[in-house]
Amino acid sequence: MENLEFRFTAQPVKPAAGAALCGVVGSGNLEILIRPGDEADACTVVVKTSARGFGKIWEAVIAEFASRHPVGGTRIAINDMGATPAVVSLRLGQALGDYTGGAQ
Amino acid sequence: MNTPVHTSLVLRHSYFEATARSRVAQVLDAGSFREFLPPEVAQPSPHLAILDIPGAFDDGVIIGSAALDGKPVLVIAQEGQFMGGAVGEIHGAKIVGLLRRAALEKPAAVIFMVDSGGVRLHEANAGLIAISEIMRAVLDARAAGVPVLALVGGSCGAFGGMGIVSRLCSAIIMSEEGRLALSGPEVIETVAGVEEFDSKDRALVWRVTGGKHRYLTGDCAELVEDDAAGFRQGAIDVLAGRTEPLPSSTVLRAEQERLSSRRQRFAGMRDGLEVWAALGVPDPGQVSLIDRDSLVALKKGLPA
Amino acid sequence: MNAPHSPGAWDTRRQGRMRRIERAASLGVARQVPASRIGELLEAVIEPGDRVCLEGNNQKQADFLSEALADCNPERLHDLHMVQSVLALPSHVDLFERGIASKLDFSFSGPQGSRLARLVQDRQIEIGAIHTYLELFGRYFVDLTPNVCLIAAQSADAAGNLYTGPNTEDTPAIVEATAFKGGIVIAQVNELVDKLPRVDVPADWVDFYVLAPRPNYIEPLFTRDPAQITDVQVLMAMMALKGIYAEYGVKRLNHGIGFDTAAIELLLPTYATELGLKGKICTHWALNPHPTLIPAIESGCVESIHSFGSEVGMENYIAARSDVFFTGADGSMRSNRAFSQTAGLYACDMFIGSTLQIDLAGNSSTATLGRITGFGGAPNMGSDPHGRRHASPAWLKAGREAGGPDAIRGRKLVMQMVETFREHMAPVFVEELDAWKLKESMSMDLPPIMIYGDDVTHIVTEEGIANLLLCRTPEEREQAIRGVAGFTPVGMARDRKMVEQLRQRGIIRRAEDLGIDPRRANRDLLAARSVKDLVRWSGGLYAPPARFRNW
Repeated sequence: MENLEFRFTAQPVKPAAGAALCGVVGSGNLEILIRPGDEADACTVVVKTSARGFGKIWEAVIAEFASRHPVGGTRIAINDMGATPAVVSLRLGQALGDYTGGAQ
Repeated sequence: MNTPVHTSLVLRHSYFEATARSRVAQVLDAGSFREFLPPEVAQPSPHLAILDIPGAFDDGVIIGSAALDGKPVLVIAQEGQFMGGAVGEIHGAKIVGLLRRAALEKPAAVIFMVDSGGVRLHEANAGLIAISEIMRAVLDARAAGVPVLALVGGSCGAFGGMGIVSRLCSAIIMSEEGRLALSGPEVIETVAGVEEFDSKDRALVWRVTGGKHRYLTGDCAELVEDDAAGFRQGAIDVLAGRTEPLPSSTVLRAEQERLSSRRQRFAGMRDGLEVWAALGVPDPGQVSLIDRDSLVALKKGLPA
Repeated sequence: MNAPHSPGAWDTRRQGRMRRIERAASLGVARQVPASRIGELLEAVIEPGDRVCLEGNNQKQADFLSEALADCNPERLHDLHMVQSVLALPSHVDLFERGIASKLDFSFSGPQGSRLARLVQDRQIEIGAIHTYLELFGRYFVDLTPNVCLIAAQSADAAGNLYTGPNTEDTPAIVEATAFKGGIVIAQVNELVDKLPRVDVPADWVDFYVLAPRPNYIEPLFTRDPAQITDVQVLMAMMALKGIYAEYGVKRLNHGIGFDTAAIELLLPTYATELGLKGKICTHWALNPHPTLIPAIESGCVESIHSFGSEVGMENYIAARSDVFFTGADGSMRSNRAFSQTAGLYACDMFIGSTLQIDLAGNSSTATLGRITGFGGAPNMGSDPHGRRHASPAWLKAGREAGGPDAIRGRKLVMQMVETFREHMAPVFVEELDAWKLKESMSMDLPPIMIYGDDVTHIVTEEGIANLLLCRTPEEREQAIRGVAGFTPVGMARDRKMVEQLRQRGIIRRAEDLGIDPRRANRDLLAARSVKDLVRWSGGLYAPPARFRNW
């Protein structure tokens, strides 16, 4: 397992309720938990992944996501069982959608 | 242009495919679910962390309160896609805690969505202990007058210790896709050889462990479509007017007698087809092909 | 057998044919050969150095004849030149290891790819060339005409007429070339009947036939379990439908088999119909009877399908849908690979398929190191036929995108649809295809490229659609590809500014540009989510093989 941590600056976003959970830790899949964070214009991300050596790709995928969507003011925790970037991007979009109640 | 059959196929929400969270959302009254120990306050399994395996925030099981047709219920839903729904320490503790709460609060029922291969071997004794505690907690809840309904229709079925737990529940509701047994098919083949049981013969596996077989033998109370709506209605129907009977050694002995004679009656049979023929089903080969409603009607017409 | 004509002798082939038949007759082997004497027959009528066509089709296999040939004595039969569509069975390769055959011309060898590669490296085989199906069929009538063909049919009558039924596949092309150039036609059949449902091969064209001990093997290659389709594949299917099928009004097409295209097929009754596309797209197909197309057929989205072969379990469904499928007066399906390939090449406006690797020019390849797999029919489907003349709206629109408003010809749409990473995080987008390394290690003339970049018009990934028709320079083309290559090294090396410009020009379009909400991309959108659903859609007519059932 590899533990990764990132922080990105981003436009702030308001949650619809509290936390949002998306996905399941199955083979090729991941779960994403988005909660309100401490810094209004930043997003902190903690990733626990079964696949080793893909830190740079994780960073790029999440950075791209943070640049395209307002995710400031959140902390994101991810448990991953070997999902490809395609699945990760899809789940991030779904998780953010659930977090904002579809407003975004 | 689409027939009602086609429209229903498209609108159906497969229970088999759904995650535990969406099963809970679709089977219970809309918006009624409140999760206990939600993922944001939970921690993944420390045992898996030691083994360098990613955990899940909810350790693969969701517990909480909800309403079913307006009546208050407590809910357990195992996530079959995580570690095969297998029971670890935290997973088991959540289930036991929920069942003990049920014994105190006495809701209308506990809805237990089982989707599990049994003990999580990674957690060894912790998993074994957890399952034995679950067994006791189910019986305690029932003794307190709370019906515990097992819903079995996920990809992992109910095997191993969770197969036993399911049979300790007040009643079991299954879909055709669901499976209920003790040893897993692959385990039987590995231990006893492919002549004993060919685990790759999927049709055989379902004839021996699947919902239709369990329904015909009376091991499950209801057979429903692979559909959240089907499980919902099945649960409502089973609970309607039901009072949970007090534990009774007379009843238990009678049940053991019944199971004993059943075992003798079907001794040596190796396939559901043979059992169904012995039960009086006129054309056993058709059982796997006919739809749910037809099978329910067929069972009604069988000799007692 | 290919000796030049001796002076005055112009019927050596006919004489050779008589000689072979007489040898069989003198052994007492009749036209209807007992299974126990098949080895004797083969050794009597085949001569060393012969060109032999063995019906290794994509789907059906003349497996009894293949095994019998592999059991022949290499001292009697050797140096055979095998010409066949597919190297599918172990016995196909055994022929070379046992010294019976020495040369091979073929099209596809997926199942035997590793063994074939080893034979090449051990110099136990000489490969003439790797072809597409249509090329190989064409050469049967030019310079690869078989002396003997070993075919598979469903049944024979007392006269020796044959019925090939739903899985007719390559048989007509093979038999015609062999029978009409003095060759010998030998068939294995599954049953002998008094009256055939219909005559597919006349007895006049058949020299010998044998009742095989078991029915000939047919591989269910075109069945895909909807349960395996992922959310990402649904997303890409939505993009393909909205961004390309709808835009060009694609009515006539072929789908390369795969889960990606199965997702598109299963979205036709739902997402595509929601977009108002029923009757406007996907009405006419050159396609095998994919079970995943059943919901679209039942929903009235499909008018006609012509097939290369049948598909195990679909026979009754096809017979009950004779408005859609090609069926005989007897009711059963008629397939024909040569004609379907021609239809896919010339009469379709679009091909879409998946692949293992794509480079910066858009060349795509399924070649992997250590295996020789060949091409099958994909290049015929996935290429722009310069011989086409008739216009259609899709063809004209694509042609104008490529050549400007005064373009003198149209273009066939050739789409490659892939996720940017494959299993084990292997990137699909690469700077150099493995095909080049394979060319070196196997001493091939050319790198085995399935679809040439010149022919590719669109690439669809989870990141979006790249329209290569609109690219005006190789640099634009390269950046358009990098711009949909996601987080692969190729994608990460993109010129971000240029990619953004390409997006402004509509050369790259992302899901949000197409107005697609990724949260809708889930399996609920599929019209059928399991094999059982497909059976229900078909009203119980589809009978899936046991491996796809749990009932």
